[in-house]
Amino acid sequence: MACGLRYSDVLIAGILRRVRTIAMVGASPNWKRPSNFAMKYLQEKGYRVIPVNPRAAAAGASILGERARASLAEVPAPVEMVDVFRGSDAALEITREAIRLRVEKGFEVVWMQLGVRNDEAAAEAEAAGLTVIMNRCPKIEYGRLWGELGWGGFDRGVISSRWPRPVKRDERAG
Amino acid sequence: MTEETPAPEGGTASDWGFETRMIHAGAGPDPVSGSRQIPIHQTSAYAFHDVDHAASLFNLQTFGFIYSRLGNPTVASLEQRIASLEGGCGATCAASGHAAQVLAFFPLIEAGERFAASNKLYGGSVTQFSRTFPKFDWHCDFVDTEDLSAVEAVLAQGAKALFVESLANPGGVVTDLETLAGLTRAAGALLIVDNTLATPWLCRPFEWGADLIVHSATKFLSGNGTVIGGAVVDSGRFDWSASGRFPGLSEPEPAYHGLKFSETFGELAFTVHSHAVGLRDLGASMAPMNAFLTLLGTETLALRMERHCRNALAVAEWLTEHPKVQWVSYAGLPTSPYRELAEKYLPNGAGAVFTFGVRGGYEAGVRVVEKCELFSHLANIGDARSLIIHPASTTHRQLTDEQRAAAGAGPEVVRLSIGLETVDDLVRDLDNALAAA
Ligand SMILES: Cc1ncc(COP(=O)(O)O)c(C=O)c1O
Repeated sequence: MACGLRYSDVLIAGILRRVRTIAMVGASPNWKRPSNFAMKYLQEKGYRVIPVNPRAAAAGASILGERARASLAEVPAPVEMVDVFRGSDAALEITREAIRLRVEKGFEVVWMQLGVRNDEAAAEAEAAGLTVIMNRCPKIEYGRLWGELGWGGFDRGVISSRWPRPVKRDERAG
Repeated sequence: MTEETPAPEGGTASDWGFETRMIHAGAGPDPVSGSRQIPIHQTSAYAFHDVDHAASLFNLQTFGFIYSRLGNPTVASLEQRIASLEGGCGATCAASGHAAQVLAFFPLIEAGERFAASNKLYGGSVTQFSRTFPKFDWHCDFVDTEDLSAVEAVLAQGAKALFVESLANPGGVVTDLETLAGLTRAAGALLIVDNTLATPWLCRPFEWGADLIVHSATKFLSGNGTVIGGAVVDSGRFDWSASGRFPGLSEPEPAYHGLKFSETFGELAFTVHSHAVGLRDLGASMAPMNAFLTLLGTETLALRMERHCRNALAVAEWLTEHPKVQWVSYAGLPTSPYRELAEKYLPNGAGAVFTFGVRGGYEAGVRVVEKCELFSHLANIGDARSLIIHPASTTHRQLTDEQRAAAGAGPEVVRLSIGLETVDDLVRDLDNALAAA
């Protein structure tokens, strides 16, 4: 896979199971932008996604029903994951802010989007106890691990002969 | 949310063996019924949850099915399986191998642009590229891919892709994929490999640097002579945005509100485009029943290819000793000029399709074909049954003498596709036919 970065399915699936709320840094109000695609998809899967976009925040705009925030500092806790939808260069500063706010906001994961990689940022975040994923898209990983990506003809790399039991009512409610 | 689906306990794709993926890739139990074999989703269209869901699907914001021209769950299972076996990122199935070839070039070549192809190709591909593609204003330069300076020259003249067969139909020619991939990469062009005759069990072109693979699933992938089908597989490695030579994938697509496929879908771009634009507008989609039959075929691919190759080698060896046989072109023979390339690219066997020359030319070739009892005289390859044909009078009939000679389909040439029968019976049948020739 991409650029020599290898993450086990168990690691990725664990993150996507545990996380409830995502701060998406660089989320765009333009529905044709990739960040907007990813945000909408993740919302459909039950995540709360809080857009961090200073320009949209200054205009008082909402993106897909969520008020845009100017910075990670303005995101309401708890947020388990910071999704970096910005260039690799910007990732260091964003990651350092995430490290600073880690305890206050409850950040556990710094996730850098497909095409985004910053090894310095990753090393600092990991040293601070954060889990780091780089050069991956949570939308694609979600679709890959739980089947939908296969509908598009993609190799998911997942093989299982188990037939999962449907979710019970009380599990769903919880 | 996610509890409804199985825990992905396995590692990643490459951790599963080839034979395991032949059977299991793209094929978990049906989530609704538990049906263990893949259901045949014989439906034209798919219900939407609500208007917003429909909008998300039409905008490509979410994964899912709209209409079976663009995608179908049974066909998608086969696409996943072929992608997995080839070590690719994704695949798009098509109504035939030829449809897959159109689908492969469709996002790449704009009107007035050129690509290059080996002059040793299945005759139908030569005709498609030289006669029909020019009607789309797509232009193909045929080149001897063993002449590397000729390949470099044609790439330097602007060919955006080079199309080759890993193991060429009809006869015994193995292509030096790694060397050619070096040339296409240096020229910013794509290497597209037709892997029909080899199948991913014998050769995996992505491991040698190919960018796209096409298949006629009609042949060994389905394996029983039941299906017309094809696939184009994307390695996911070509960087369309960085290249800038492929605006179909990197520039705004008007029919999707100006979406840029490579920016939005990254390594998935080609395969998303092949479904959402290619199949949508070209319409050459695979039928679900054909996908199902091909899925059954792939479950036994390695076993069949082993036997195909073993039988083919035995028949080829026997033919080399026959007094009425001038030459045998099988890359698995020690005397083959392609022996070294075969050892490199086809270590598990040199395939089951090859040619031989009969003494007595065109007339003798025709007689051998007509005298067989067990070999079927028909225009196909990759069947469980052994097949025989005289290319000059059939598959390569539409070519010029020059093209026929380049393709290894001269007047004396007979092509065999060796099946899975008892090999002694195959030898006896050919012996009788040659005696009568
Ligand atoms: C090597 C090769 N490629 C492509 C094709 C075309 O495939 P189809 O007949 O499925 O369109 C064939 C068919 O004979 C073939 O042998």
